[in-house]
Amino acid sequence: MTDDTTAVLADGIRKRYGRTTALDGFDLAVPAGTVYGVLGPNGAGKTTAVRILTTLLRFDAGRARVAGYDVASDPDRVRAAISLTGQYAAVDEVLSGRQNLVLFGRLRRLSARRARRRAEELLDRFGLTEAADRSAGTYSGGMRRRLDLAASLVVPPRVLFLDEPTTGLDPRSRNGLWTAVRELVADGTTVLLTTQYLQEADHLADRVCVIDTGRVVAEGTPEHLKARIGADRLELVVADATDLPAAATVVERATGAAATVDAELRRVDAPVADRIAVLTAVLRALDDAGIAVEDVLVRRPTLDEAFLRLTGAHADAQRVGVAS
Amino acid sequence: MRALTDGWLMAGRNMRHVVRAPEEIILYFTLPIMFVLVFGYVFGSGMTVPGQGSYREFLLPGVFVMTMLYGLGATASAIAVDAGRGVVDRFRSLPMARSALLSGRAGADLVRACLEMTTLVVCGLLVGWQWREGIGPALAAVALILLLRVAMTWVGILFGLLVPNPDTVAVVVFPLAFPLTALSNVFVAPELMPDWLGAIAAWNPLSATVAAARDLFGNPGLGGDSWPARHALELAIAWPLALIAVAAPAAVRSYRRLGR
Repeated sequence: MTDDTTAVLADGIRKRYGRTTALDGFDLAVPAGTVYGVLGPNGAGKTTAVRILTTLLRFDAGRARVAGYDVASDPDRVRAAISLTGQYAAVDEVLSGRQNLVLFGRLRRLSARRARRRAEELLDRFGLTEAADRSAGTYSGGMRRRLDLAASLVVPPRVLFLDEPTTGLDPRSRNGLWTAVRELVADGTTVLLTTQYLQEADHLADRVCVIDTGRVVAEGTPEHLKARIGADRLELVVADATDLPAAATVVERATGAAATVDAELRRVDAPVADRIAVLTAVLRALDDAGIAVEDVLVRRPTLDEAFLRLTGAHADAQRVGVAS
Repeated sequence: MRALTDGWLMAGRNMRHVVRAPEEIILYFTLPIMFVLVFGYVFGSGMTVPGQGSYREFLLPGVFVMTMLYGLGATASAIAVDAGRGVVDRFRSLPMARSALLSGRAGADLVRACLEMTTLVVCGLLVGWQWREGIGPALAAVALILLLRVAMTWVGILFGLLVPNPDTVAVVVFPLAFPLTALSNVFVAPELMPDWLGAIAAWNPLSATVAAARDLFGNPGLGGDSWPARHALELAIAWPLALIAVAAPAAVRSYRRLGR
């Protein structure tokens, strides 16, 4: 599969560090021109996967192609087609913001003049013009990330890798970064993004995969993933905590499913298949039982729930495997 | 070609670092000045040279070479600092020559060495050293000393990559460099040492450069009938080239392996 429609392809990639297996048969196919989210907890292998796909790390087995080039045998072509913005701002801390951008432009074969002009454009676009002549080391975390992203865009890459790009960013910087990513995709760049924040993947990604202990445990659209953990959920908050057991019984009878009770939040929730019918039934039954309700809603499951469920299930399967 | 242009860009980066953080420039001058004064006056007052001539004049070409050797420490820690920085990930994911970060360091350090060399020569002239064979041979001597510095740079780069911790570098370089200067003709002519020690000192790569420089400057202290002493000039060219031929490819290889 080297056609133009797949921008990133990983096929059974394995990577071991000594005795630790970081990636254990990692598969991935990112359609060109889309945003693809790689989700997973710390230590799941997200960063290892990105470092392999960006030619920074060698791998032990499997096959990887990026922008149509083989990562192992043709790394220079891959490097010419990609940019990486990692977890830690990869900019020169002594040089000024402007000097950084000019240097990276020159290293990407822009003429001195074009590199300078491009640096000005990017400084302006990322709101760094005022700080352009200060050492990047004096920048705030958010500014450094913006400079880092700008450095990745000096020559717009065909594939942009973002490794946890918003970790530690304040909400405003985060929104700015999200906007920049959307603009890039509109211009035809493929973006592979790793994140621990499911909200981020939900906002940005066309497709996501969830990895845990070095392997993809689920793949699809965010909607598809949410659907995999079942239906919508009914959530209600009772006015008086002593009503919780009675409310749970009512909910279980109406939904036919096990309800979860959170005593602290005075909350009962359960999956529902037929939203409106169940909602009506529950409200009527509660009214009959004389239970006062503070809040009630039916909602789609969050990606967080999908995530916990998927990685948790995987962990259980492993535990069984070890025991047998 | 790309290796050259990328190396040049990276050398420019390193020199901009110096311009942006100029306190480091002070170091370029203090070590050479200190070496000339301390060794020139402390040792230069009481010691004798084989044949005739002043010890201080004998000593200074040795001090020049010793300063170049100690530059290895600065090179190694600069590379170790760089290798630990996040920016190296960006350099390594760019379609640039793999050697550029290293050759850029070597280029910037050669510029630094030229400044150090100028300082050394000026200080030397102030304490009574001089060249006696004309400007041509004197420049040739300087070129030999700078050639050794380039070799030391590549050894330092390799070292900085193998010990990727700037603090460790500083601790290790001095105990290695000091015996290397003591076991050479920098302070004492090998003929005055016990035979076995003299043989080691004569074959020391530093000795070749020092002996050749003394010859070209017309400073006292040549002599000795050992083979290396008779072929000092050839060795002063061959040793550094051999060191570069070994250290530079090894350094590029270990740079490629960084983070793997």
